[in-house]
Amino acid sequence: VTTTLPQTGQQPDIAEGPRRPARAKRGPYPYWFYLPAGVIYTIFFIVPTVVSFYFAFTRWDLFTSQWIGLANFKEFFQEQALVTGLYHTLIYAVITSGLKVVLGMLLALLLMSKIIARGYLRSVIFFPVLVSTIGVGLTFTILMDPEQGLINRSLSHIGVNGPGWLVDPTWALISVALVDVWKGVGLATVIYIAGIASVPSDYYEAARVDGASAFHLFRHITLPLIRPATVTVIILSLIGGLRSFDLIWAMTHGGPGFSSDVIASVIYKEYQAGFFGLSTAGNVVLFVLVSVIVVPLFWFLNRNETQR
Amino acid sequence: MKLMKLARGPVALVALATAVGTLTACSGIGSSSGGGGGGSGGSVTLSYLVDNSDAAVKSANAMATAFHAANPTITISVQTRPQGSDGDNAVKTKLSTGDMADVFAYNNGSLLQALKPATNLVPVSDQPWASDLDKVFVSSTTVDGKLYGAPGGTAFGGGVLYNIPIFKRLNLQVPQTWSDFLKDAQTIKAAGIDPIIQTYAASSTWTSQLFVLGDYHNVEAQVPNFAAQYTAGKMKYANTPAALAGFQHIDQARPYFNKDYRSADLNTGLADVANGKGAMYPQLGASAQGISTIAPGKSNDVGFFALPGDDAATNGMTVWSPGGVYIPKSTKGAKLDAAKKFLAYYASSAGCDTETQAEPPEGPYMVKSCALPSTVSQVAKDTQTYFKDSKATVALEFESPIKGPNLEQICIEVGTGQASASKGASLYDDDVKKEAQQLGLPGWS
Repeated sequence: VTTTLPQTGQQPDIAEGPRRPARAKRGPYPYWFYLPAGVIYTIFFIVPTVVSFYFAFTRWDLFTSQWIGLANFKEFFQEQALVTGLYHTLIYAVITSGLKVVLGMLLALLLMSKIIARGYLRSVIFFPVLVSTIGVGLTFTILMDPEQGLINRSLSHIGVNGPGWLVDPTWALISVALVDVWKGVGLATVIYIAGIASVPSDYYEAARVDGASAFHLFRHITLPLIRPATVTVIILSLIGGLRSFDLIWAMTHGGPGFSSDVIASVIYKEYQAGFFGLSTAGNVVLFVLVSVIVVPLFWFLNRNETQR
Repeated sequence: MKLMKLARGPVALVALATAVGTLTACSGIGSSSGGGGGGSGGSVTLSYLVDNSDAAVKSANAMATAFHAANPTITISVQTRPQGSDGDNAVKTKLSTGDMADVFAYNNGSLLQALKPATNLVPVSDQPWASDLDKVFVSSTTVDGKLYGAPGGTAFGGGVLYNIPIFKRLNLQVPQTWSDFLKDAQTIKAAGIDPIIQTYAASSTWTSQLFVLGDYHNVEAQVPNFAAQYTAGKMKYANTPAALAGFQHIDQARPYFNKDYRSADLNTGLADVANGKGAMYPQLGASAQGISTIAPGKSNDVGFFALPGDDAATNGMTVWSPGGVYIPKSTKGAKLDAAKKFLAYYASSAGCDTETQAEPPEGPYMVKSCALPSTVSQVAKDTQTYFKDSKATVALEFESPIKGPNLEQICIEVGTGQASASKGASLYDDDVKKEAQQLGLPGWS
């Protein structure tokens, strides 16, 4: 650092005429200005990324590593837990993303209307987003207890025999997804509120003059014009759903058996078991999967938007 | 002037980085040298890392206090780490970065082998107390001919906790064969009591493995060389009938499970077997320690028997060695001498007495010169009987370095009817393969 200082120190001299064009080309800041961020970025992001790609091809126990080529990836894709985990991940992402879009939009419409205590209600819907995921998970684990839980006891009062929620293999994943929606729908609602608020009221007035019904207003004005909000919600919640882990781990640990395991929890368990190379390979797979799903989707959703 | 001003930014950054570095380094050193008085005046402070369970912390603190009283120049400062797989990672990471405490408690058997003792731990075979240890502990804590630790606590069995009053009332005998076990379950069910308790709550999933792990005595009785063949990849659970039996037992026991078995946890299970809501709970004997707090006054209502196999003549218990207390290679000089003294205390009768006072034992001590007090629990007495009659076999995880990480989930799949017994066994064989490959064992590539 010290050797480069004298030279780099000269650069931000008070700008003299002839030097200005050269600097404009390079950007507004001198190189040394980028140095701290560059060093941090290299040490904490570039190096670990490159190293992790390397370790994905090794059998690694933290002490020593041995190059084994593609064996980790082969093992990963042969594993039954992974195949079901992959399937569960997609289901989870689609359920949470779909419900957040629909519910978020409906709630935003409600909260844009002229109801009492609108500001308060808007903040209430956002509170679960701020609460700790683990806390939410543990609370709902207690509420969803099949025998003693509040949910099933309430249901039994109206004569409904509630399912085992988290302990029933067919329900466990859906139960966690529903809690995820409850926790995350506030963010989708806020994005939609911003989207709806940005639609100029002139359009509605003009359409009403032409005799459009409420449904027509929604279908032909609101829905097309809040498309950017919809794209944002879909992308955010889909990425969130694909890499979701904390809520699932807090509520079911991927169980009963493997019935609510997603890729992230499979990877976590492999890391716990000390299969460091294998789990690193899993993370590379997850990275590729998210990219393969989200990048084309993003491109597709945005392309349509610009074409209109 | 301008230059100086500019220089200040990066220099300050470097200074800050150095300061942070020093700070972290300090805390690193601080944690291993304890109160900072290390070395001076002959007094030494050792850091001692144990898992954060109540029992482990209580016992470690009692040992630290008693040891300090006997050796005033040595102070032990107890630190904690998480339990389970997170704890395994913490131990491995600390060892690989040279950040391990001066002394630490950890499992032996397959988990000890994963620590690469030859490179990371100080062997203690040459210590005078090494010859005073039970073979169950020695064989579990020896890697490549060298002993690496002192026993921390008592051995315990893996079997079935049962409610003695229910057995008396229904006139039942402790079952000697698996078919007797199912017959007893039938009788208990007819009496309106939960015959077999299972606890599959997310926090207690490990309890599902007892049917398989606790059956190992019966496996070895029928296939004496199973451990070696299994480690070499030549025998599998799915194609060895004696080993497959454990998974089949889960399936056959399913009709007798308590109604809330999917959401009950360990503490509920212990309370149920102690209070007589349930009759039989496949469990580790060590878990019975919890009964005195969960169901006060009921400790003597709970007894313990081995998971039975097909043959009454070979009935016996699968037992677990207590974990070890180890010294990492990073402990040197005066600290190493002090650490060896601390391990010697663990392997002495004075140490056993201290442990007994801290936590009532649930099985025999692994130090030959130690005796169990006469007031121990029924579970401890029942366990000791199996040891005395030489009807105890050390669990597979001490005989073979490979144990698949997903056994508990697989047992739950069988227990909830998601997978058949044979499907569960072959899933477990696949699971084990990863562990064997990770360890680089021959015959598994």
